[in-house]
Amino acid sequence: MELKDFIQQFAEQFDDTDASEIDAQTSFHDLEEWDSLIALAVLNMTEKRYGKRITFDDMKKCDTVEDLFNVILAK
Amino acid sequence: MKNPFSVEGKTILITGAASGIGKATTLQCAEMGAKVILLDLNEDGLNATKGEIAEGCAESFALNLTDFDALCETVSQLPKLDGVVSNAGIFYSMMAKLSDRKDMEKIFEINTFSHINLLQQLMEQKKLNKGASIVITSSMSGVFCGAVGGSLYGATKSALAGYAKALAIELAPRGIRVNTVHPGMINTPLIHSAALSQDVLDEDKKNYPLGRYGEPEEVAYSIVYLLSDATQWITGTQLLIDGGFSVK
Repeated sequence: MELKDFIQQFAEQFDDTDASEIDAQTSFHDLEEWDSLIALAVLNMTEKRYGKRITFDDMKKCDTVEDLFNVILAK
Repeated sequence: MKNPFSVEGKTILITGAASGIGKATTLQCAEMGAKVILLDLNEDGLNATKGEIAEGCAESFALNLTDFDALCETVSQLPKLDGVVSNAGIFYSMMAKLSDRKDMEKIFEINTFSHINLLQQLMEQKKLNKGASIVITSSMSGVFCGAVGGSLYGATKSALAGYAKALAIELAPRGIRVNTVHPGMINTPLIHSAALSQDVLDEDKKNYPLGRYGEPEEVAYSIVYLLSDATQWITGTQLLIDGGFSVK
């Protein structure tokens, strides 16, 4: 599991946010489009692509995309 | 005086009997004097449920309901039934845009196909007594409302509701009734395994006019009602048990 690939997959879950707006240091909760639907899509994507299950609580504790990546990596 | 709401003396098969609604229904039926037959994949859970029932009043089979050959074999060992609670299922939250064939197969196998296979085998192997009652656990989701991440789950549950309607007509000549129950969110292991945080659950509870999620026993009481002779003229109906969720 590579950070670069994760950022790309993470960005893929957004419809109106350009991928260029998202990098490792992005505070994703602050993105205008971020909501519970995108959160569930990220959760589903993580399980499907990386075989790791995370929870909404895990996401809530993270600030940046890289934080989330690290949480998933540690699972 | 005979109590029309009783299931005393009836032989009732319950799937998903190791936990949640299935367990609560099993215990309620046994409490009211029925002989219960428990099916579930989870052998430890089955034994735990069975352990709460008086000796000789319960029989159990550890069975993967999605294994058709094993299902046929188990059905062949069953006595004639007065009631069937086709209840086993999983909850699986997946956004529609990410749902693929593998997801569909995973959830439809247990939530829909296993129910249809079981009921088909019970009919083919002539295990249903005249006047029997079949209760299928559907959901409010997919039939009365939708939920984010619930497209596949809702599809499996509405498929059951559709199946039950036709089955009710086909079995009516033998006085066999087929009804569905449609619970809203119930406090079972199912919802707590779904990655939802307590905050999300607490917020969601506010959508229920009665202010809380249901308890497995509260669905069990409705199922017992549909199994009992009190509902001999009710078939093909959909009983919504949702704490008023759909009223809003």
